[in-house]
Amino acid sequence: MKSAVIVFPGSNCDRDIAVALELVTGRKPAMVWHRDSALPDGTDFIALPGGFSYGDYLRSGAMAARSPIMGAVKDAAARGVPVIGICNGFQVLTETGLLPGALMRNAGLSFVCRPVRLKVENSQSLFTAAYDAGETVTFPVAHHDGNYQADAATLDRIEGEGRVAFRYLEEVNGSARSIAGILNDTGNVLGLMPHPERVVEPAHGATDGRRLFEGLLETVA
Amino acid sequence: MKARVFITLKPGVLDPQGKAIHHALEGLGFSGVNDVRAGKLIELDLAEGTSEAEIEDMCRKLLANTVIENFRIERLEHA
Repeated sequence: MKSAVIVFPGSNCDRDIAVALELVTGRKPAMVWHRDSALPDGTDFIALPGGFSYGDYLRSGAMAARSPIMGAVKDAAARGVPVIGICNGFQVLTETGLLPGALMRNAGLSFVCRPVRLKVENSQSLFTAAYDAGETVTFPVAHHDGNYQADAATLDRIEGEGRVAFRYLEEVNGSARSIAGILNDTGNVLGLMPHPERVVEPAHGATDGRRLFEGLLETVA
Repeated sequence: MKARVFITLKPGVLDPQGKAIHHALEGLGFSGVNDVRAGKLIELDLAEGTSEAEIEDMCRKLLANTVIENFRIERLEHA
């Protein structure tokens, strides 16, 4: 698997995702700067990391979504290349329009930073094939703007199409229908607020996130 | 020329910040506040002759997220 991690000014989970990808795939990902306009040849997996790109100016993910590299990311996504956006990466994906809806200020207004329990709603996707449907996993969250909102018709559509990948099993941020992660209509783009890359080795205290990357490796490579 | 862009949350979109401001006003003893919605004001200093359509394009492409926000443009011709 030849993966690329997009680095924006203010990304701070780019190293975490790079370490997780190298651990699982045995290959260092290419770190691609936001000002680049092309991805390395043969890139078959793209990760948009967590962080506070551009200081969350205007809206979280808004500036990053308009940076030069995102044209190449959109083209790759349209060709079917798997793209994951974690935390700020999820915000960037909604701001580019690759995923529907928006991530708003947490309903409780506080930054939320703790492990949360999630239900794997769809275990058929590229990203979740190594999980069982309905399985409970625990990933950490660390965000201020994770309150997923979309209009009722959009929510009904993504639910009906099985595009809710992960759902919170506890109150975290006020997200509509407790949505923690969603897929695009072709299933190759996943955005989620919790951080699977922070639970991939025993030293992290848990390894629930590791299977996400192992499953990907199996389907992509 | 200058223009102001007012960005507001669409009706029905939950506004946690507006709610918090509302609570704070009540805490200060202002009892007559029915609701509070918070938004943004962006001031643009533009080349003379910038068209309304161009400003609208700026709003749609960056300044507002039209999934959750509305925008209103106010042109200040000789400001």
